[in-house]
Amino acid sequence: MDSNGVEAARIRQEIDSLKSNKRNIEQQISSLEAQLNQLEVNSSTVCPQPLSNGDLNNSNGLSPDMIYRYSRHLLLPSFGVQGQANLLKSSVLVIGAGGLGSPALLYLAACGVGRIGIVDHDVVELNNLQRQIIHTEAYIGKSKVESAAATCHSINSSTQIVEHREAFRTSNALEIVSNFLSCFRRAVILTFPCLLISLRYDVVVDATDNAPSRYMINDCCVVLGKPLVSGAALGLEGQLTVYNYNGGPCYRCLFPTPPPTNACQRCADSGVLGVVPGVIGCLQALEAIKVASLVGEPLSGRMLLLDALSGRFRNVKLRGRSLQCEACGDDAVLTRQTFLEFDYEKFTQTPLSTGPLKLNFLSPDDRISSKEYNEKVTKGEAHVLVDVRPTHHYKIVSLPNSMNIPLSTLEGRLPEISAALEKEANKENGSNASLFVICRRGNDSQVAVELLHKLGFTSAKDIIGGLESWTHNVDPKFPTY
Amino acid sequence: MQLTLEFGGGLELLCDSVKSHNINVDPQDGEEQLTMKNLLSWVRANVIKERPEMFMKGDSVRPGVLVLVNDTDWELSGQLETVLEEKDNVVFISTLHGG
Repeated sequence: MDSNGVEAARIRQEIDSLKSNKRNIEQQISSLEAQLNQLEVNSSTVCPQPLSNGDLNNSNGLSPDMIYRYSRHLLLPSFGVQGQANLLKSSVLVIGAGGLGSPALLYLAACGVGRIGIVDHDVVELNNLQRQIIHTEAYIGKSKVESAAATCHSINSSTQIVEHREAFRTSNALEIVSNFLSCFRRAVILTFPCLLISLRYDVVVDATDNAPSRYMINDCCVVLGKPLVSGAALGLEGQLTVYNYNGGPCYRCLFPTPPPTNACQRCADSGVLGVVPGVIGCLQALEAIKVASLVGEPLSGRMLLLDALSGRFRNVKLRGRSLQCEACGDDAVLTRQTFLEFDYEKFTQTPLSTGPLKLNFLSPDDRISSKEYNEKVTKGEAHVLVDVRPTHHYKIVSLPNSMNIPLSTLEGRLPEISAALEKEANKENGSNASLFVICRRGNDSQVAVELLHKLGFTSAKDIIGGLESWTHNVDPKFPTY
Repeated sequence: MQLTLEFGGGLELLCDSVKSHNINVDPQDGEEQLTMKNLLSWVRANVIKERPEMFMKGDSVRPGVLVLVNDTDWELSGQLETVLEEKDNVVFISTLHGG
């Protein structure tokens, strides 16, 4: 045992030291890449190529390298040189470098979009990698934008990548999408007029994961007249459409009133099969490419619905632009100014950041911390622990000696709790056993305790912060998900 | 009248996680036609098993639910006044926000 322990410690130390070296080397690479990027950006924007003015029929403006790289596009009669040339001159902004944004960005970079902007404020986490395929383990803990930009650059170094390492908010949205200039940028542009062209996006891809962002991005695109490629995925289903394109409907034409908060499920709660946002993200890239290259018939006024479980796509016809729409209707009141002042979180009753909900409505007397609970377990105090998570959560991981009674079945299974309490009390020669309730994060356990109090189990207490708190404060090795 | 109903985007959770339902429903007494308005109240009474407020608001569907009659947005066929016909396919789908 001892020699094993020493050996394990030595290996851990070696891994840590190698990891540290790896981080240093990666930082050096990133810094060099950034310098190189900057040199290329400067040379391409300050001295523009004669691409836009060139006669595309005679000399099509494509360098030998470009012709070779994009040859499979050029060979397509319906896409060809013109489609590729349009793409090379175009710019696409992808908001969100997660499950949808990852595949969308990979294809947009590969296909030769001239400039790609990436907006995200988040960092890469291990539980992203199952679906966010643009990121690798080496970038865990680092900015998603930095990670996505590095991958895009490694696929196609001739595409300009603009990193927006910030959350998309009303305060920066107009500036990011359309060059609605801050004083600082205005000064820069006066010095380098070519930069003016380089800061504008032709197409916006909504690859976010929450309702307020979707309304905000829609309104921003309506105000600025940008086509919006919108995708969403959850569980085993996906949805895709193009809004605000060529007189077609916008998001608000379809959904003038936001849904109730509890109708908005999140991937972090409900789960998602990685390949589902993968499919939708690829289709978003496809629609963005069609809009940017002026080829084909974008999915405007229609919606593609994917049911992955049954392997079915459904292409449905949507309403047209609504004349009464508050964003794009005939009497719409939406302007740059009203956009800046609009409170999207209040409108949708949902926070823009996607952090989990944290309820706190029970009285402190009806709650105990995970540490306090641990002390009771260590002392061997008589108690029953009810875990109210759904059964498929319970199967992932659970505390020893807990009983699983999902919240939705709680009312019908009270006799089981009574029996367990009685059995536990008998062990301790008739003294009362306490009743504790736990869940994943400490929200449902509060709902359950409130319900138990009403149903006569007045001493029930919930464990604050649930199993996540157990991991953070008691047992760091206890898995989180 | 035979109809196919489909629920998606999470609405199937309100009817025992069953997505597709073949149903037989007739116009109410004294009425010749079955409208979407009639169908909605029938669905609420006969298909929805829990949290009906997650399906309906007032006499229509709640915000965020798309209704498709034969793969077409019901806005284009008259919403609640849409008249249903034999073998029609009606889809209720909740808009997704995840990504």
